[in-house]
Amino acid sequence: MSDLVSIFLSAAFVENMPLTLFLGLCTFIALSRKTGSAVGLGIAVVAVMGVTVPLNQLIYSALLAPWAWAWAGLPETDLSYLKLIAFIGVIAATVQLLEMVLDRFFPAIYSSFGVFLPLLTVQCAILAGSLFMVERSFTLVESAVFGLGSGTGFATSVVMLGAIRARLAYSHVPEALRGLGITFLLAGMMSLGFSAFAQMVAS
Amino acid sequence: MPARASLWSTLTDPLVHQNPVTLQILGICSALAVTTSVATALTMSAALTAVLVMSAGLISLIRHHIPGSIRLIVQIVIVASLVIVIDQILQAYLFEISQKLSVFVSLITTNCLVLGRTESFSRHNPPGRSMVDALGNGLGYSLVLVVIGSVRELFGAGSLLGLQVFQTVDQGGWFTPLSLMLLAPSAFFLLGGLVWILRTLLPDQTETLELLSPDKPEDLS
Repeated sequence: MSDLVSIFLSAAFVENMPLTLFLGLCTFIALSRKTGSAVGLGIAVVAVMGVTVPLNQLIYSALLAPWAWAWAGLPETDLSYLKLIAFIGVIAATVQLLEMVLDRFFPAIYSSFGVFLPLLTVQCAILAGSLFMVERSFTLVESAVFGLGSGTGFATSVVMLGAIRARLAYSHVPEALRGLGITFLLAGMMSLGFSAFAQMVAS
Repeated sequence: MPARASLWSTLTDPLVHQNPVTLQILGICSALAVTTSVATALTMSAALTAVLVMSAGLISLIRHHIPGSIRLIVQIVIVASLVIVIDQILQAYLFEISQKLSVFVSLITTNCLVLGRTESFSRHNPPGRSMVDALGNGLGYSLVLVVIGSVRELFGAGSLLGLQVFQTVDQGGWFTPLSLMLLAPSAFFLLGGLVWILRTLLPDQTETLELLSPDKPEDLS
């Protein structure tokens, strides 16, 4: 149990996707102008990562990993080089499915973060979640926790950045630093803060 | 020769004036993660430029045959296949660097730069032009990566490409390595600073206020 808690905490804070691993920065920067869109993006990321990482774990361990075909008398078959295409396919399909389900059953939620869903197919953080899962050979439960943790970490930091940027509208930023420049400096400072978490799950 | 001139500007524009990283906000994810040393930055740039040029060429070749509704999937599959090839080549010939890059080579698949260029340029232009545009964008990306990589390696470890430039203290020299340079926050600060410098030199790149925040009162500018 404490293992799972530490996986969750380390995925959410110590290895925060945008701030310490620089993953998913494109959407992190582009969609954090307002707190509202940041919240929508955050929820969408948590949902998609919580679904795709364990799904990909199942697919990887059942079909792609070395030795996965040993039961069929093909112990030398190693399809792990196909993981990239398989994962991106699963992510694209999940995103599409989620979009259709939300559209059909929860139109209110769909309209609130519908625009962010298609973007998530090409979100580095989500694909990276699955790739890290392979690299660290998580089990199914661990990967579900890891996916949720990473998603939560992303959501937390994107909402925080969105809130800071909303306040920024009332400050006088040097002209050349406006927009992208100041956002990077802000993200740098947040990342400095998050690096304090590094000691948290050290044990 | 107008055709030639425009081809030339297609190549050189993305280097500084339309730089994919500092202006178009594309491909930032990998730009920051792999810049702790010049060697990894160079490898990553080469890998990304290769994928970008090849995918631009391929997608541009079949641009009339891709149905609009599934074009994203087609593009992603093409890019992912190319990335797998590059990844295997790196693992075969540059194993140490590919270990350092870990998942970031695979993540070229979802690099916004690749899809951004194929989506906005290669879909509407012939293969030759698309590849020139892709090369230009790849080089612009590489330029940013190498600049940030050099600064971080020089001040973080006192070396460039593994060669010791400053004698560090523990080697009996004078230079105390700034270990912050090798950590995550400095990458953000450096890129922010780079954007600041660029936009001070080229004021036309400054973002307009509408782009920044639609609900901001006009008179604050």
